Amino acid sequence: MASSAEKIEENEPGDVSAVVVRFAGDSGDGMQLTGGQFTLSTALAGNDLATFPDFPAEIRAPQGTLFGVSAFQINFGSRTIRTAGDAPDVLVAMNPAALKTNVEDLPEGGMIIADSGAFTDRNLSKAGYEANPLEDGSLKKWQLLAIDMSEMTLEAVKPFGLGNKEALRSKNMWTLGLALWMFDRKRQPIIDWLTAKFAKKPEIAEANIAALNAGHAYGETAELGYAFQPRHVDRAPADPGLYRTVTGAEAISLGLVAGSKLANVPLFFGGYPITPASAILHHLSRLKQFGVTTFQAEDEIAAIGAAIGASYAGSLGVTSSSGPGIALKGEAMGLALVTELPLVIVNSQRGGPSTGLPTKTEQSDLYQAIYGRNGDAPMPVIAVRSPSDAFHCAIEACRIATQFMTPVMLLTDGYIANAAEPWLVPEVDSFKPFPVTFHEDAPGEGEKFNPYSRDGKLARPWVKPGTPGLMHRIGGIEKSSSTGNIDYSPSNHQEMTDIRVNKILGVADHIPAQDVALGEPGERLAVVGWGSTYGPIHQSVSRARDAGKSVAQIHIRHVWPLPKNLGELLKSYDRILVPEMNTGQLKTVLRDQYLVDARPLNKVSGQPFRIAEIEAAIEEQLDG
Amino acid sequence: MNDMTPVTALKDWESDQEVRWCPGCGDYAILKAVQRTMPDLGVTPENTVFISGIGCSSRFPYYMETYGFHTIHGRAPAVATGVKLANPDLSVWLVTGDGDGLSIGGNHMLHLLRRNLDTQVLLFNNEIYGLTKGQYSPTSRPGTTSPSTPYGSVDSPVSPCAFALGCGARFVARAIDVNKNLGGTLKEAHAHRGTSFVEIFQNCIVYNEDVFEEFAAKKTAADTQIWVEHGEPLLFAKGAKGLALDVDALSLKVVDVADGDWEAAGVAVHDQANRSLAMMLVQMPFGEFPMALGTIFHNPAETFDAAVTKQNEAASVGKSDDLQALIAQGQTWTVE
Repeated sequence: MASSAEKIEENEPGDVSAVVVRFAGDSGDGMQLTGGQFTLSTALAGNDLATFPDFPAEIRAPQGTLFGVSAFQINFGSRTIRTAGDAPDVLVAMNPAALKTNVEDLPEGGMIIADSGAFTDRNLSKAGYEANPLEDGSLKKWQLLAIDMSEMTLEAVKPFGLGNKEALRSKNMWTLGLALWMFDRKRQPIIDWLTAKFAKKPEIAEANIAALNAGHAYGETAELGYAFQPRHVDRAPADPGLYRTVTGAEAISLGLVAGSKLANVPLFFGGYPITPASAILHHLSRLKQFGVTTFQAEDEIAAIGAAIGASYAGSLGVTSSSGPGIALKGEAMGLALVTELPLVIVNSQRGGPSTGLPTKTEQSDLYQAIYGRNGDAPMPVIAVRSPSDAFHCAIEACRIATQFMTPVMLLTDGYIANAAEPWLVPEVDSFKPFPVTFHEDAPGEGEKFNPYSRDGKLARPWVKPGTPGLMHRIGGIEKSSSTGNIDYSPSNHQEMTDIRVNKILGVADHIPAQDVALGEPGERLAVVGWGSTYGPIHQSVSRARDAGKSVAQIHIRHVWPLPKNLGELLKSYDRILVPEMNTGQLKTVLRDQYLVDARPLNKVSGQPFRIAEIEAAIEEQLDG
Repeated sequence: MNDMTPVTALKDWESDQEVRWCPGCGDYAILKAVQRTMPDLGVTPENTVFISGIGCSSRFPYYMETYGFHTIHGRAPAVATGVKLANPDLSVWLVTGDGDGLSIGGNHMLHLLRRNLDTQVLLFNNEIYGLTKGQYSPTSRPGTTSPSTPYGSVDSPVSPCAFALGCGARFVARAIDVNKNLGGTLKEAHAHRGTSFVEIFQNCIVYNEDVFEEFAAKKTAADTQIWVEHGEPLLFAKGAKGLALDVDALSLKVVDVADGDWEAAGVAVHDQANRSLAMMLVQMPFGEFPMALGTIFHNPAETFDAAVTKQNEAASVGKSDDLQALIAQGQTWTVE
């Protein structure tokens, strides 16, 4: 939610205009839900925010274990927020394991709110504590608030006659109630949400509401001491307009629908469940009234195969997956590319290789996106930088796919897919339509239709089966540039390969020039990124500039083909630093394309960059 | 054929491409049978799409003057699913082989059949990999020697029709490339709404010549083939033999029919809606039994494309397609 005029500073020491809260608990404790609802109340309070859901791959990991801890971090403030925050100011720990795995991230003096009721001998032992840290003084460098939330929740929901297990499910609402009190938030939106969510089970809704109210009341009535007094975080300045919160997966789904409308073709989505990409399939399957057909295929290959078939028949085919699934789709991408059919492939990247880290984020599929097919198989690649940016990028992918008759890879990642941020809802009418024209003119007497004839952009005509007089055959085997028939001849393969390469390079004539996100061309250092590193890079460059340093931020959306001015722009800087959540993939591409001395800053821990990490690398580059 | 459908002739279905199968290949006969049958089906070339995977059989679309898509190995069912869902008005045909359809593409074939997408599957079974030069295939008989199995194959083959029936196929037929009945079987396959699975025994004259000769040979066909017809007794050998139900063994048995009195011999009447009977017919060991051919199973149900279209429509009723309203959904707030 960037306002153009105001200055950005984030989470400086002593800063009270922003707060980072981390909710951590068992994977069955409902921490993602708590975080999601806290996010909603924060957005409605007018704060800017960014979130980081961080959860294990197991659905219900064994209770109380260290690896079963699920966390949700939110950074919110009265000014522009770009990241989920380097470190939490407040840690809500629902059990010993959650405390153990998260407490070291908390700076000295930070607040811990712990459910003492969950600190049983059994849970302490599972977390590897020999003594109860809530009682043995080991947490004294932080401010501790230990409350028996379990007991208080059971007490609050007693009137509803639920079993013990069922009743404890409302514990997260008790916690949320306390958090709402602590940050001066309204309960009503949450109550409305609970009422709607449990419309068919009103007793569950009421129990949850009672727990929420009880947590809130506890804050009001207990004398919690100075450190735990409620605080009010003012509205953040923002451009006027209508806002909502959006996750990357939602924004991509909406952008795909918008893109298909702007192209004036129906949307066909073929998907196969995979973390963290499934959310797109879920969202789109509820949007049939927008001309969307969704197909849950038997595997990743069938998902893309069906999408290609739909494109062939005149819909805009879209498929989506994560790294391992994208690998399976590789051959089919080549088919879409050689038959020159429009197709959008969404890759929600996660930690790799192989199964890797299904629920953790990484940017390590850039090579796969740009180069990962057999043969010379160029394909445009667009990288999403934030949840709200995903909407625009999805539309852009639809535009390029249909205008150039090509598959397009849209790169997002697990962090963007799950993270939420406020979104200034765009006016759909402000997007320029790019309606598709299907080729329908049958050739004259004695003439033959050539499916590989080309327009000025080197795009071939899109002909729907069912069109009289234009029957033709396409396929993965090389075709003659002049007839569309099978042709293995050396000169034809050379020509067709060159055309395919040049067509995609030509996309660069139809995309915006590379801008400088912060700073000017020609400064000492350019920090160049792509994808979800936008937030931390932006903050670190912003801080460095505030300190008078000559640093600029360049963030690339069109990763392939690269913007035409990028080479000259990069060469205007003395030094180039490329932070990436991989081992240096964009760095290698930039070196290859421009022979520039791009230096890597790599992180593959499954966690997003911290601002401080990039700041340190900037220092090093400028000092070195 | 309705009155609006233009009359077409065989030549309207022939593309201008030179056919490039080995001289004498069974594919030629199948191509001709298909081209000859198309004018009788009430469809137009522009509304017809042939989709194939990879292999000798998969070159088929290039020779049809229709829309055609030569896709990738084993994935034709997936592509066909997208085509048919995007435009259910098209007549969609799949051409595949034993390797393409049952080995690399076996998974897709399974799901195509259980979903019952309205399409015709022509599976050319030659019990060998032709295009890759003669390796054994998933339908090759045990002991098949090939470049990859110089000491003979050791694995059990799959029976295509039994596989299809097991997957829930609602139309299963069997034919022989050069047999005159192929056209009739294709017509029945096309008339069926849903996935029509047709296994066609196809003679690969280079790598597996005459592998089907023991039942395909015309001279002995009367004794070795049984062409089943719904409602008709299961007779062969010019009516001198029939298939009866062996109740104790829960299987079929061959019985002699004296003086044409098949009822007295206990010969069963073919019921094409009976999946158990169909399963017995396609699994009869050849030699002891004749080869069952023709439309063995036909029991229609709602097609996948129809169900998807119906649900898309039902789920849209009464819902706004206002994109602006969609993106502004959920709890919103306004900044002045």
